[in-house]
Amino acid sequence: MGDLILIAVGSALVSNVVLSQFLGICSFLGVSKKTETAVGMGGAVIFVITLASLVASLLYKFILQPLGFDYLNTIVFILVIAALVQIVEMFLKKFVPSLYNALGVYLPLITTNCAVLGVALNNVQDEYNILESVVNGFATGVGYLIAIVLLAGIREKMEYNDIPESFKGIPIVLLTSTLMAIAFFGFSGLI
Amino acid sequence: MNSCGERLKNGIIDENPIFVLLLGMCPTLAVTTSAMNGIGMGLSTTAVLVMSNMLISMLRKIIPDSVRMPAFIVVVASFVTIVDFLMEGFTPSLYDSLGIYIPLIVVNCIILGRAESYASKNPVLPSIFDGLGMGLGFTVALIAIGLVREIIGAGQAFGYQILPLADEAAGTGGYVPVTVFILAPGAFLVLAVLAAIQNKVKINMEKKGKDASKIQSGCGSDCATCGGCGASAGKGKE
Repeated sequence: MGDLILIAVGSALVSNVVLSQFLGICSFLGVSKKTETAVGMGGAVIFVITLASLVASLLYKFILQPLGFDYLNTIVFILVIAALVQIVEMFLKKFVPSLYNALGVYLPLITTNCAVLGVALNNVQDEYNILESVVNGFATGVGYLIAIVLLAGIREKMEYNDIPESFKGIPIVLLTSTLMAIAFFGFSGLI
Repeated sequence: MNSCGERLKNGIIDENPIFVLLLGMCPTLAVTTSAMNGIGMGLSTTAVLVMSNMLISMLRKIIPDSVRMPAFIVVVASFVTIVDFLMEGFTPSLYDSLGIYIPLIVVNCIILGRAESYASKNPVLPSIFDGLGMGLGFTVALIAIGLVREIIGAGQAFGYQILPLADEAAGTGGYVPVTVFILAPGAFLVLAVLAAIQNKVKINMEKKGKDASKIQSGCGSDCATCGGCGASAGKGKE
């Protein structure tokens, strides 16, 4: 149990997926204009990463590893993630339309989000068992949610600020991320 | 039809994937702690890009339109796996320092983007040179960012100490490295300044009345492309 909490805190805060591992930067910069959409994107990422970690580690433990096909990791994982996102989208559309309306638009964006593949590969590299993989996936998703919602909140406030002309747009967002990344160093004493 | 030399110049200067198109941000930020890492990442991405462009261009009449995205992903992922093993065997120290970012070349938007927008529509030879140009442009940008971070953050260039460090024990003065530049926040900071410089150049060009429309910036289009990839990858699966 203690191990699981350590993994969770480590992935969510200490080595935050966006601010210290640089995974999923594209959507982090692109979908953080409003807090509402940021929350939607964060929720969708938590959902998909948790599910993808579960499926990827099941596949690895019961098919790839026993048969000695470890070297196919990258190919298998990316295809599984692409298929999984598609199945989740169809499933939600059919059976949980309210959730689909909330997350639907963000789901296709997630296939090419390197955070999902990154977590699946990390789980294998760090030799986590299935439960640990799922916890790690969920915590990584939570870390992503925290980072993107914080950034969106700051960006909403910045709308009304007088920013030098050449720093408008992406540069000021990157500067904000710099300061957030420095702030997240504060968590490194936790573990 | 574009000549091969033109494809090279286009990739390195006119449509530089990092500085102009803002594609492939994850590896750009993550591995540029030193210029050597930049070279390693850039060249391995170039290798994958050239080979996948070549194969996809050869297969462009065979792959049915509806399943092209999954097919592209399989091609790219296979080449990435090959590069991954070659690097593990021949450059183990580089392999260790790049770590998880090598398999993550698969989800680099540059590669799927070029496959979709160029290689799947053009003959083999121009596609190879398009891949080479884009890859070299990516490499040059990574080296530039890596150099800035390495010089400021450690006083080194390509692993050699170029700025003598201060030594308090010996009482000699010298350069005091700003360590934050080789840590995570430094990546964001350097890229922010570079993007601001690019904005500045663009504004100046517009003031002079030159056509700056070629320089498009923005994650907006980038993310749309990524999303597009994802969306059509999904459609292929249905």
